[in-house]
Amino acid sequence: MDRELILAVAGLGCRYADAARDALCDVSLEVRAGEFHAVLGPNGSGKTTLVRAGLGLIRPSAGRAEVLGRPATGWSRRELARVVGVVPQREDNLFPQRVRETVLLGRYPHLSLFGDVRATDRAAVERALVACDAADLADRWLWTLSGGEYQRVRLARALAQEPKLLVLDEPTTSLDVRHEMQLFELTRALVDAQGLAALVITHHVNLAARFADQVLLLSEGRAVARGAPGDVLTAETVQNVFAWPMAITSFDGRPQMIPLRTKETNP
Amino acid sequence: MRYALLGLAVIATLGAAVLLGPANVPLRDLLGSPIFWQLRLPRAVLAFLVGGALGASGVGLQALVRNPLADPFLLGLSGGAGLGAVVAIALALPGPWALPLAAFAGAVGAMALVYRLGLVGGAQLDPRVLLLGGVAVGAFAAAVTTAIVSLAEATELRNAFLWLWGGFSGASWTTVLVIAVYAPLPLVVLAAAARPLDLLALGEEPAQYLGADVRRLKQVVYLAASLLTAAAVAVAGVIGFVGLIVPHVCRLVWGRLHRTLLPTAFLAGGILLVASDTLARTVVAPRELPVGIVTALVGVPLFAVLLRRWTVS
Repeated sequence: MDRELILAVAGLGCRYADAARDALCDVSLEVRAGEFHAVLGPNGSGKTTLVRAGLGLIRPSAGRAEVLGRPATGWSRRELARVVGVVPQREDNLFPQRVRETVLLGRYPHLSLFGDVRATDRAAVERALVACDAADLADRWLWTLSGGEYQRVRLARALAQEPKLLVLDEPTTSLDVRHEMQLFELTRALVDAQGLAALVITHHVNLAARFADQVLLLSEGRAVARGAPGDVLTAETVQNVFAWPMAITSFDGRPQMIPLRTKETNP
Repeated sequence: MRYALLGLAVIATLGAAVLLGPANVPLRDLLGSPIFWQLRLPRAVLAFLVGGALGASGVGLQALVRNPLADPFLLGLSGGAGLGAVVAIALALPGPWALPLAAFAGAVGAMALVYRLGLVGGAQLDPRVLLLGGVAVGAFAAAVTTAIVSLAEATELRNAFLWLWGGFSGASWTTVLVIAVYAPLPLVVLAAAARPLDLLALGEEPAQYLGADVRRLKQVVYLAASLLTAAAVAVAGVIGFVGLIVPHVCRLVWGRLHRTLLPTAFLAGGILLVASDTLARTVVAPRELPVGIVTALVGVPLFAVLLRRWTVS
């Protein structure tokens, strides 16, 4: 059975005003239900731009980006937020807020203009909290959370949108190993158990290799390689992209990248 | 409970406003008295509506520029209104509506200019540029105002200054009617923006991913809040601190969600201004203080306390 195609990006190109080169050039990607995709690449390789253009925040200069077969820029933000939940890299907390309130913000695309929060919305919030192992945090103030708890809460907010696709932009930056693993395990479990699609932008090549079904490797706005982790993450490719000598080993059938020390490259 | 208290406070301040005054009207004669019907009641209702408009537009603008120190007059509106008023006085424009209309035109002119400055790349409203543009336009308008005032006759000058500090001595059922007809539309627009404004506190990009049409939201909220403020200036002059203090107090008491913040700030702004106006016309009776002085005398110490809380935490 063919899985539902949620995000389709083909030949996508983007250029910010006054930029010397394209932020994104000829990038293609297809994300289907029940798939875990990872987007890898050095800083400035166009990972976040891919999300922005893929979800219609910026207009591409070339190619197309479609969500459920409709151009991303053709969706209203409200409608799109019912299909795609995003955990952005950064956000502000201008005013103090409790966890449950924060997660309830994820229900906004489902609420009518002047209508109240309904029982279904409250139920969705509680489900999202439970799914993200954050139910016992619900009454805490946001600023009392640790980094790992905070990211789980933000993931719960995206889940409360009841999307078909979850997009996480560098969700584990500044998390320690345990919380990083928890977040990846959680995302993988959501993909497997609920048939969600996930698109995770990350710097962690090795985690991406172990959790993702598909990997997209970007460099300077271009797609260097796309496919199963074992096909994409070859020593030659990764050392070109990251501009550092690498060795590739295998763990549990998945490639693992090991950056080499200078003395190891010149024996 | 806290809502009930707010409702009681509305009734209490309005009651005090119609009972108290330089003329001693016995309670049993009150409902038959023209002082009640033609002076105190319209004045109290107008003060309430203007205070509510300033409170609600303060909430909207603070959320829009994402700066807790924003105030309806920060974006150049008071400067524009003052300039319009002073021009009307200097030109001795005739008629009771010349001054309010000139002030309104000045405020709307300043709003349009700041709006244009705040449009970055011709499309997106950048709150930071909006803020800077507002300060710049306000300063420019103030300079022109001072230039005109320095060339004007002394009595005109005093009128202009008194008018600028705000007051409700000109209140009538006509002005009440003007505001009562005018204000609901921008208020409903702000109310409709309540939930997306909650999202905007996260930042523009997160708000968009959660379903807010941020570009339109910023334009709509800016226009609605500014038009409310312009009308308030036109009928009551520049009354500072209501739009700054009231949103903060309401946020502390009722939380930061705009669905409760907007209505409570409307009511609390109304209460503050009715109470201030009652003070303004009773403490030095039979003369009156400009109500803007009373709100500033109450508002500045409150503001100082808030500022300390912020810098400490």
